[in-house]
Amino acid sequence: MTKVVRVAAGQGFWGDDLDAPRRQVEGGPIDYLMLDYLAEVTMSILQKQKERDSSLGYARDFVGAMESVLPAVIERGVKVIANAGGVNPPACAAAVKAVSDKRGGRNRLRIGVVTGDDLLGRLDELIAGGHPLDNMDTGEPLASVRDRVLSANAYIGSEPIVEALEKGANVVITGRSTDTALTMAPLRHEFGWSSDSWDKLASGIVAGHIIECGAQCSGGNCLYDWRSIPDLANVGYPLVEATADGSFVVTKHPNTGGLVSVPTVSEQLVYEMGDPHSYITPDVVADFTTIRLEQQGENRVRVSGIKGKPPTNKLKVSIAYRAGFKAVGSLVYVWPDALDKAELADRILRERLDRAGLRFDHILSEFVGATAAHGRLAGDQHGAPEVQLRFGVRGHDRAAVERFTRELAPLVLNGPPSVTGFAGGRPKVEEIVAYWPALVDKTVVRTHVEMVA
Amino acid sequence: MKVQLVDIAHARSGDKGDTANVGVIALEPRWYDVLDKFVTRESVARHFNGLIDGEVERFELPNLNALNFLLHGALDGGGTLSLKTDAQGKVYSTALLRMTIDVPDAEAARLKLPAMKATP
Repeated sequence: MTKVVRVAAGQGFWGDDLDAPRRQVEGGPIDYLMLDYLAEVTMSILQKQKERDSSLGYARDFVGAMESVLPAVIERGVKVIANAGGVNPPACAAAVKAVSDKRGGRNRLRIGVVTGDDLLGRLDELIAGGHPLDNMDTGEPLASVRDRVLSANAYIGSEPIVEALEKGANVVITGRSTDTALTMAPLRHEFGWSSDSWDKLASGIVAGHIIECGAQCSGGNCLYDWRSIPDLANVGYPLVEATADGSFVVTKHPNTGGLVSVPTVSEQLVYEMGDPHSYITPDVVADFTTIRLEQQGENRVRVSGIKGKPPTNKLKVSIAYRAGFKAVGSLVYVWPDALDKAELADRILRERLDRAGLRFDHILSEFVGATAAHGRLAGDQHGAPEVQLRFGVRGHDRAAVERFTRELAPLVLNGPPSVTGFAGGRPKVEEIVAYWPALVDKTVVRTHVEMVA
Repeated sequence: MKVQLVDIAHARSGDKGDTANVGVIALEPRWYDVLDKFVTRESVARHFNGLIDGEVERFELPNLNALNFLLHGALDGGGTLSLKTDAQGKVYSTALLRMTIDVPDAEAARLKLPAMKATP
């Protein structure tokens, strides 16, 4: 019989449905549960937590997720792969081990801990060694924001995850792994794909791309015939059933809502897509123009034909740095002439900020309910029954941003009429932690796998 | 005949820094050629003129009956810097679907393209 490996996605980002991992292990047979927790600025949040308490710095939701799937891991041999380790994978492993020991899993978990992606402590050494970590978008050298850097992590590929699985791990915890490697690595391990089997590795990457956002490929956020997508309240998270040749079927467990169809999978394939000929990962460059999709049955889409080519000699680095402050506040103006009133309020507010001598790097006002999303493409919205004026400022002077937050409420009594929606109080000042994408030579990043039993 | 993209395509969008991407997928495979021919880099740049600060790039995925557009400078700085409601470019997809194209009547009839609905 043809060997089929099932990898299920149980978390598309940190903050996703807490019950999804359990539903994925209980809803039908799977071999691997893949949990993706990290978005671009998540690492900096975790770094701040670690600075306050050295036993933190990982996605704590994962501990609860592990607790909920522990019986499946221990009794049925389901393996879990997650980038929940954040900036502190060993602490994450210790927390998982503690909860497992408490729940009768003592000595039943073999946790593979992947480290080596964290470059924060090496930044000066790297810059001095001729790795300027220029911003990929703007070309500026990292030195220009060096003193404000909060976290720096290389996106690492499938190799250390495969290594952990080969060492017998049934739980693999990584830091800044690419989302797609979490799915590709177990397939590479199970089928023994070599590090230069480009087409197969690329297939694993495409499988990862399809399921890494959880239900966004199984009916969630799907525009195609959206009214017909059944039972989103009970939406089934996706899984892939892969075979050794790299082809796979995207599906979901029986008796779940949502839909897996060529249109739902197509929408996810183009999500966050750049040049489709070159989807660059640390392991392989996948060509999305070679993907073939075919409806193979109800809620089953077969994916095949994928071509890959060798990767570059660089790794992408995700750097987070402090970039000033922002605050966004809003007021709601109501018929008649809702938009006209909101526009007048916007002009008054700008004039008052100016008179107060407040200077910002940027001010943005939007009219939600009229033009916030589509601008002039929305057409004339002066007949809108209600419009939210959404007003934001950004700058490096915290005091100026603070002062702005006091300027909104007075408009309720001393500005245009028919205004409401201010019950939430003053807007909050937020420190901006911005994203600095860079590249670094692969040779400077060394990953390590440690087994914790 | 005037055709609005929302009647012949679906779409999803996302972000990469200050760039939004919009993948546009033909609702019927036979309509892909219409997208390919009429939804050009130039016409999309005109559609978003004044709404984005940068260039438009276009890529073809005939295997998915789809085009992928990169709209640079579309997200007010992008990520956490952005003050926009749609800082992650999630709804640029439908902004592109507002676009109308002019398809010769014979071609439109042959492909059974739906005519643009009159706006209320």
